[in-house]
Amino acid sequence: MTSYLAATSLEEAVAALADGARPIAGGTDLVVGARQGKKPLPEALVGIHRIPGLNGIRDSDDGLEIGAMTSHAAVVAHPTVRNRYSGLADASALVGSHATRAQGTIGGNLMNASPAMDTGAPLLCFDSAVTLASARGTRNLSLADLWTGPGHTSAGRDELLVAVHVPAPPPSTGSAYVRLQYRRQMEIAVVGAAAVVTLSEGTVTAAAIAITALAPVIHRVAEAEARLIGGKANAAAIASAADAAAEASRPIDDVRASANYRKAMAAVVARRAIETAISRAGGAEVEIPASESTYGS
Amino acid sequence: MSVPASATLLHVVREQIGLTGSKEGCDDSECGACMMLLDGEPVNSCSYLAVQADGSAITTVEGLAPGDTLAPLQEAFLVAGGVQCGFCTPGMLISATRLLRDNPDPTTDEVRLELSGNLCRCTGYDGIVKAVMEVAARTAEKSAGD
Repeated sequence: MTSYLAATSLEEAVAALADGARPIAGGTDLVVGARQGKKPLPEALVGIHRIPGLNGIRDSDDGLEIGAMTSHAAVVAHPTVRNRYSGLADASALVGSHATRAQGTIGGNLMNASPAMDTGAPLLCFDSAVTLASARGTRNLSLADLWTGPGHTSAGRDELLVAVHVPAPPPSTGSAYVRLQYRRQMEIAVVGAAAVVTLSEGTVTAAAIAITALAPVIHRVAEAEARLIGGKANAAAIASAADAAAEASRPIDDVRASANYRKAMAAVVARRAIETAISRAGGAEVEIPASESTYGS
Repeated sequence: MSVPASATLLHVVREQIGLTGSKEGCDDSECGACMMLLDGEPVNSCSYLAVQADGSAITTVEGLAPGDTLAPLQEAFLVAGGVQCGFCTPGMLISATRLLRDNPDPTTDEVRLELSGNLCRCTGYDGIVKAVMEVAARTAEKSAGD
């Protein structure tokens, strides 16, 4: 028998976690997993979706603070996210269907630690950090240090992700997240890539590139970034960086694609993500999600 | 009423409340046959715990029509042949209701994209898309006439 507590405060929620309960918000991973028979529902659940203060996006000159309970729909709809953090909007716009985006939260997406999650790569490229809260206190952790493997994080079982911090990018920065999919909704990335690129008079001054569904955890590819930084943002440099992203991939065979296909497509999605980030850095309007408009390019 | 913590919203609405309009298709959040509105926002109710909806307003297909008159979308689905076996229809109607609320004048591609979370195994999508476009066009005409 599963028990359920509807937490009305963070203190109540972390106390329940300390007693062994597992958190539930939109339920889009936890309940689906249980229905599929992957993993039974935990014995004790604590509902965190109505805790005041965990939902919403705070936008300042320093960057964004996204409450863990913020839905993907709210992320996509936020004007600053769309303009300055477009890669994140690209990603949240692709999660599930409009039903998933209305209920599914950014905190749940990150803590589910799927190597195929859409929001992971852009948030990683923006150098994001998360705040974890427990009855013992709170701590901040860079996103890169959160994921340890498919479905695994470095967070303790008594810790709750309460916020995501996204530092503001410098001016003339563009970003994009692109993935391959078989269906336009209720899909999981077959392969994906994100890029955040800063330009100064046509020269790349900063670049971050991360790959999705291509390794046990979403990660950045330093070699791909190095091939862009300091040079002109031209087709040869972009292709070379995309190749480096593909070379760094360690994909698996599964129901959605073979490892060979993923490896072959890694360079394609990386190129599309980098090209789109560069276009946006130069002030071009590219529709969100970029996957739709870059398809076939 | 009291519900088991592990019961899904779909199960409680169908079995405990007795409103059987919403359907269990895939039970896996893939097909959208169970789609309802939770405080106005769509939810795949097969994948949402009923306890979490405590205090929320739920709208199922039964709640779309005011009294005995069909809602414009329901009427349009009938006229355009958007109903074949009918199993996906309740979820389609909920999905389309939410779509037209947020985007009253969609393009055909926007309708196809937004309804992609709802599967029709009769593959009768053309009639469904026509029905939604028909209601959108009528609404646009009406507001232009005001």
